[in-house]
Amino acid sequence: MTTPEVQYGLLAPMLIVFSVAVLGVLVEAFVPLRARRITHVGLALAGLVAALAAILGLAGTEASAMSGAVAIDGPTLFLQGTIVLVSIPAIALLAERTVAVTGAGAERRIDSFTPQASTTPGSVAEKEAIDAGVAQTEVFPLAMFAIGGMLLFPASTDLLTMFVALEVLSLPLYLLCGLARRRRLLSQEAALKYFLLGAFSSAFFLFGVAFLYGYAGTVRLDGIADAIAVDGQGRSLALIGTALLAVGLLFKVGAVPFHSWIPDVYQGAPTPVTALMATVTKVAAFGAILRIFGVALPGLESSWRPMLWVVAIATMVLGSVVAVTQTDVKRMLAYSSVAHTGFILTGVTALGDSGEVGDSGVSATMFYLLAYAFSTLGGFAIIGLARDERGEVSDLERWAGIGRRSPLVAAVFGLFLLSFAGIPLTSGFIGKFAVFSAASGAGGAALVVVGVVCSAIAAFFYVRVIVLMFFTGPGERTATIVRPTASVSCAIGVSVVVTVALGVFPQPVLDLAARAGNFL
Amino acid sequence: MTTPWLTVLWVLPMLGAIVVALVPAARPTVARSVAVGFAAGTLAVSVALAVSFDSGGDRYQFVEDHSWIAAFGARYTLGLDGIGLVLVLLTTVLTPLLLVAGWYDGSRVANYGSRRVSHTYMALILVVESMVLVSFLALDVLLFYIFFEAMLIPMYFLIGGFGGVHRTRAAVKFLLYNLFGGLVMLAAVIGLYVVTARPDGPFDGGTFDLRAIADAAASGELGVDPTVLNALFLGFMFAFAIKAPLWPFHSWLPDAAVQSTPATAVLMMSVVDKVGTFAMLRFCLELFPGSSQTFAPWIITLAVIGIVYGAILAIGQTDMMRLIAYTSISHFGFIILGIFAMTGQSQAGATLYMVNHGISTAALFLIAGFLVSRRGSRAIADYGGVQKVAPVLAGTFLISGLATLSLPGLAPFVSEFLVLIGTFGRYGVAAIVAAGALVLSAIYILWLYQRVMTGPVREGNETVPDLVRRELAVVVPLIALLIVLGVYPKPALDVITPAVQSTIVDSSGGQR
Repeated sequence: MTTPEVQYGLLAPMLIVFSVAVLGVLVEAFVPLRARRITHVGLALAGLVAALAAILGLAGTEASAMSGAVAIDGPTLFLQGTIVLVSIPAIALLAERTVAVTGAGAERRIDSFTPQASTTPGSVAEKEAIDAGVAQTEVFPLAMFAIGGMLLFPASTDLLTMFVALEVLSLPLYLLCGLARRRRLLSQEAALKYFLLGAFSSAFFLFGVAFLYGYAGTVRLDGIADAIAVDGQGRSLALIGTALLAVGLLFKVGAVPFHSWIPDVYQGAPTPVTALMATVTKVAAFGAILRIFGVALPGLESSWRPMLWVVAIATMVLGSVVAVTQTDVKRMLAYSSVAHTGFILTGVTALGDSGEVGDSGVSATMFYLLAYAFSTLGGFAIIGLARDERGEVSDLERWAGIGRRSPLVAAVFGLFLLSFAGIPLTSGFIGKFAVFSAASGAGGAALVVVGVVCSAIAAFFYVRVIVLMFFTGPGERTATIVRPTASVSCAIGVSVVVTVALGVFPQPVLDLAARAGNFL
Repeated sequence: MTTPWLTVLWVLPMLGAIVVALVPAARPTVARSVAVGFAAGTLAVSVALAVSFDSGGDRYQFVEDHSWIAAFGARYTLGLDGIGLVLVLLTTVLTPLLLVAGWYDGSRVANYGSRRVSHTYMALILVVESMVLVSFLALDVLLFYIFFEAMLIPMYFLIGGFGGVHRTRAAVKFLLYNLFGGLVMLAAVIGLYVVTARPDGPFDGGTFDLRAIADAAASGELGVDPTVLNALFLGFMFAFAIKAPLWPFHSWLPDAAVQSTPATAVLMMSVVDKVGTFAMLRFCLELFPGSSQTFAPWIITLAVIGIVYGAILAIGQTDMMRLIAYTSISHFGFIILGIFAMTGQSQAGATLYMVNHGISTAALFLIAGFLVSRRGSRAIADYGGVQKVAPVLAGTFLISGLATLSLPGLAPFVSEFLVLIGTFGRYGVAAIVAAGALVLSAIYILWLYQRVMTGPVREGNETVPDLVRRELAVVVPLIALLIVLGVYPKPALDVITPAVQSTIVDSSGGQR
């Protein structure tokens, strides 16, 4: 047996990110506590920038690597580029240490993570750890491992590689969810829920892989497609496998009926981790969905397209309706992210509808993911700024009047909300237009009508937050907006620029997405 | 390269908004003056455009066309025709007057320590002006849609941020009604794209080019199932009917008009809502000529109901501002009636009506607003005998009131007359019922004047001061315009008529 050849050039983006993660573990072991954080942040940012450069260098490549287990093609590079671009500001959020005003009037800078995750919440040991000023700096290597997994997930062209990528991206996220500094029990509960349900969904995914292997005799996506094309009858094994696979994937993107973990986990996890999950994880998981349905299963299209229709409609409706009743900003954005999953799925239903340059379903979905990821990141970055003396404030009623006290921050948050609502001149509108017109062109006019009605419902709760921020007087319990550090200001600034630029001049990125719309 | 004057026209107020926002917080007067300066500059540009507009020339003039979002077939295409020209002038004339009328509005709201309230107010009005101008100029459906929707946001902040006690509710109601209409239209816009992108259609790839689609629709080359076109027409019409507003989609208007400041309310009723009626003429009729004819009797029925309903409800109001808001619903009925009667006279009348209604409502509402600002009450019952203490205020109010009831010699008479005679030939009953509503309009205006201005001076009104110089500077130009356009409407009709004729040719072409 010959050893498979490793194409280092093609794999460079992933290799860089993974090696930074491994280096991070070494930093954790050898660098003294004082210098550790800065080393981690520098290393992570340098790694991501290098990975971005590698991706740009690969632009236009269409090749497969690792004996066909990984494809470096248009969608892979576009999605990897999106993930890395969004991860850079996301790392800045992870590294954020805001000034907390403690009861005694003393000021100190604290991050969003518990100083020592192993201590019992509320115990003496925890208090000692806080006083000693220790920090759980492992978050950086953990995040880098997760990002590495996300880069591999949409690139994998066989189901086993995809499964490994899924686990590599999920396991660090389970851990990160449980590390919140405040409301630790809630955070730990979120982590446990996410882990149990996530493990369950991984099992579904693996089960689906087994069925498809039993059917096709291979785990390679193109092999499965060939098997389906050759064999006219007796597809029940393939159908069962597809359904199980879909459960695993739809769980990761948070589509109804597999969405129930989203609000709890988004609320309980530390806000920077929520930002990471709501943006790049979603990008990676949708990338995998596009690749599986687009490459392996076009032959079963008549079976999965109606299924995706139903899921998309249910997700849009439930997400927007339930979000209306939320009283917590993070939970509201969690349900809003469920609704957006539904909107993105309408783009996925257009898969296979070849446009002039590329698959219009793929390119519309990818554009939406890019636009949504930046607005969401900016939104969660701002949520992290609302504080009181005990930490973050996410009760909606305590956001009343923020617009009067900090007009600029509130205006920027308003911009992100308007983008979520799909108001023209923001990236959200162009994204919605892209997925809706793709779906409509593929015969999904009914989906578009449901989508439009859901957008109207969703607009209601976004507007409600704007009313609260600007038109309600601040009360005694109104949260204070802390001054963001330079790096977080940059992260928010980048999100604003992307949100507006993609809303006014989207053509270059739409072109890029269209050219990157074909799978290998 | 020639100067892109149409782009200059809409960019100027947008730029003004940014400059105003950058003026130091401690200098509200500077901010206001800068705002008025930019609005006046925009007015100058529009006047220059009007002077060089050739009423016998091409339908669309000063056309600019650039690539924009090729992926959706949308281009940045601007052009000015006679209909657009008069509405652009209406917008640019009213905006500086509204800025002066609302000079102190920004300093009246509770500001919770924020010192830039006046700046925000002025900047938002300029942003609205800019977006309205784009929608009057856009010759690309998506470009129009984007600004049609986007202008809701600054308008929403204007209503919700400044004005009466229940302004937040009114603002949310305004936004949700209009946003819902806009989203339904979005589905229709996407549908239009899909229809034009068919491989067997007359275009290569999807397009939003108004002129190309209108030509194809007029010559019958579009080749689309009429049922689909009807659905798309209804999607567009729904949004415009909410915006205009057409009965029964009007219920957001009175609340928004009463709760916002007079300047905001006038901006909304005289300028922003005109985008709705303008878009019916420009988009519904041109893109879907067949469907427009199919649905015309229904829309005319709603318009006539609106005319009568608005007038009757106006009579019953006890709140001065609400009364004027209901008269507007009645007048919007006339405009829509004229548009869908689809004769040259009725549409020319409807277009002129948009301008005249803009001016007369602005005058009536602003003067009423000046009166209310003196007493702090909108209730008609609180006033009486004002003409004895403030004769100029009462006199100008009377002139604008008489204009509202279409007294011959004042501007609205010409347009109302044109709408009615244009409609009579095709929809006799509708014209007769609408003409009957003129009697009602005499009741609501004259009775309002009688209760507020005449009779003995009611307690509390003894010291009501007359109009001050700033207020006169707003009112006098409006009254002058009412008189000039009433006596000599020819220049306006000269530019409107050719544009309307080509609309009629396009929209009857489907039947040829």
